[in-house]
Amino acid sequence: MPISPSSVAEVADGLRDAGYLAGGTTALVSYLATKLDKPVLVEGPAGVGKTELAKALARYLDRRLVRLQCYEGLDEAKALYEWNYRKQLLRIQTEAGAAGWQDVQDDIFGEEFLLPRPLMTAIASETPVVLLIDEIDKTDQEFEAMLLELLSDFQISIPELGLIEARTQPVVLLTSNNTRELTEALKRRCLYLWLDYPDLEHELEIVRLHSPELDEALARKLVEVVHQVRELDLKKPPSIAESIDWARALLLLGASDIDEVTFAETMSVIVKHRADLDTVAARVGVTLARPSDATRPAA
Amino acid sequence: MPPVPPRSALYGGLPEPGPGGFDGQLLAFAEDLRAEGMALGTSELLDAFAALDHVAWSERSAFKVALAATLAMSPEDRGLFELVFERFFFRAAEAEAARNEIDAHGALKGGEEIDLEALRQQIAAALRAGAEGMMGDLARLAIAAFGRGEGSGVVGVDVQRIRRALGLRTEPQPDLPGDDPRRDGLPREQLRRFESHLRRELERDAIERTRSLPPKRPLSDLDRALPTGPVQDLAAVHRVVAQLKRRLATQGHELRGRKRHAHVDVRRTMRASLQTGGVPIDLKYRPIRPRRPELFVLCDVSTSVTSASTFFLSVLHALHDSFRKLRSFVFIERISEVTELLERERDFRAASEAIGRDAGVADISGYTDYGRVWTEFLALIEDELHPRATVIVLGDARTNGRPPRDDVFALITAKAGRTFWLNPEPRLYWNYGDSVMAAYETHCTAFECWRTDQLEEFVKALTR
Repeated sequence: MPISPSSVAEVADGLRDAGYLAGGTTALVSYLATKLDKPVLVEGPAGVGKTELAKALARYLDRRLVRLQCYEGLDEAKALYEWNYRKQLLRIQTEAGAAGWQDVQDDIFGEEFLLPRPLMTAIASETPVVLLIDEIDKTDQEFEAMLLELLSDFQISIPELGLIEARTQPVVLLTSNNTRELTEALKRRCLYLWLDYPDLEHELEIVRLHSPELDEALARKLVEVVHQVRELDLKKPPSIAESIDWARALLLLGASDIDEVTFAETMSVIVKHRADLDTVAARVGVTLARPSDATRPAA
Repeated sequence: MPPVPPRSALYGGLPEPGPGGFDGQLLAFAEDLRAEGMALGTSELLDAFAALDHVAWSERSAFKVALAATLAMSPEDRGLFELVFERFFFRAAEAEAARNEIDAHGALKGGEEIDLEALRQQIAAALRAGAEGMMGDLARLAIAAFGRGEGSGVVGVDVQRIRRALGLRTEPQPDLPGDDPRRDGLPREQLRRFESHLRRELERDAIERTRSLPPKRPLSDLDRALPTGPVQDLAAVHRVVAQLKRRLATQGHELRGRKRHAHVDVRRTMRASLQTGGVPIDLKYRPIRPRRPELFVLCDVSTSVTSASTFFLSVLHALHDSFRKLRSFVFIERISEVTELLERERDFRAASEAIGRDAGVADISGYTDYGRVWTEFLALIEDELHPRATVIVLGDARTNGRPPRDDVFALITAKAGRTFWLNPEPRLYWNYGDSVMAAYETHCTAFECWRTDQLEEFVKALTR
């Protein structure tokens, strides 16, 4: 049974149970989204958990997640619906001669011959869903304009069939990396959530949630180093996902401390560019302690 | 003799209470946001009211987040929203308090003895620990201890005086005893926050003394100005550049993918028609390639514009991939090519230092000499200019009284395909004093360029 939260704290707790530590803003905006039935536009740098938020919301609200990954050149046929030509042809052939033109025409433009694509699926679903429209900034403006009808009225017009209205109210999340300015019209229909890199304590909690076996002191050091790395001018600063990966890597290696050597060996987990590696090694690596022989795991 | 106006009127007095109640206040707040240039529609306001139905108003953060989520729809707007929110609700609360003659810190005005040294220690410790909640109270204490009586009346001056009196510094102070929290220097961010608390408390004091609100200060454009100068934080510069880069990378695509205009590629169409027995069913179109101009950039690096120009050069070099060829020159009295230097030096600060050291563009006086620069540039580059080349000049067009030689400049622009002029001064100041912008503007496209969005506009025009 899908859940309908009644307070912000409830949303925050629910998301935590679903494995997502939401900041105050995130929880509040998610709560508003379920209450106001408005889409949420989530923006922020790559890897701060925009997509993950949608997944966690789906888990918490006990709804199915319908995902539409956007890319350049995405059109209605792939996002909304398509007529199933083959099935229509078959239908015409089996009825050849027997039925009149009017019957066949009415027949082949029925819902039976419609291939629903993600947006249609989300609208037509019997049980409420969470609809994730990922990386909306990758599409062109025409597609954005097409979304407007769906986002404000939750309906789709199909010329041959008429209006299809939502049976249930989906929770809609749109994510964007802000590579281009979205249109005012789209923004106006949404709530806006800006996700940024979390502060130290918050990220520490996230890392602890995902790898609870990691020693607390080590986890704190890890997060501190990641924050230090983010301060530098890099091509791609490490995201939250990467700090979690790093925590797992350290666990696997059985490291007990992040010293100069461990860092040099594992920093490719959080830094992914050749030029960045040099910068990080020069600026962060040297600030770490040299390993003492006792703590060094046998290679 | 006309009656002397009451003192409060001199300071603007108290504003008329707006259309009463909560709705009225919120609408006034929206008006404030609009006045600062945010595009707010009625639908956003309706959303804001709807959202406020669902949150506790008594919680400041929840209230603010609900408003932000419905009103401020981009990172830039979010920054603006923060500033206006602080200003508006501070003023609204103070106006209300002054109207009802409530005194917030009457208790501290008795001149009680405060242990100054203990207070210093306490504040420094709170700053180190980052105890946000205590800062407001401590700021009030500090004002009570150091601020009264000798106040200069100018808030900014008083803030600095109190900070010095407290001995709060970011750099380490090794001559202090070992357990003093100020010994290793204080975190810059915390200190800045404490100063803003001080400022706020001092403003509140002033309002209570005069029973009137100071005139509303519009957000200075400085808050939105381009990050210039090595003093400002480099991260901001790189954020701007990174953003521009991504925009540029995607910009061409919008034009490329779709059939915006059709140039049929006859050869490929005929080739494809072989499949259908020579009937050209599938038309093949020529792909649209983004324009990759050849750039010649001329930057004034005299003291008046130096920070803007180094920033600008570093932006252009970050965007190097988008241009086929990019040559940069800096000038003051003479002109000097710095293309290689900027390619070698990726760091903004190092680059600007190297330019100051090596370029050798100042001759005698150190004042810009546009006439001489044009002549030298033309001699240097005349053969390379062609209709597909773009010339960009960054400068304030202040000739220091020397001949502008716009005839030579006209020669350059005639040879080049496009010429842009970026002026780091607001348009208001053009043609005042020794600025001869009008003479040059007739030969080129001029942009004012002192805010991030203006820079972005320019980059768009450039790659169009």
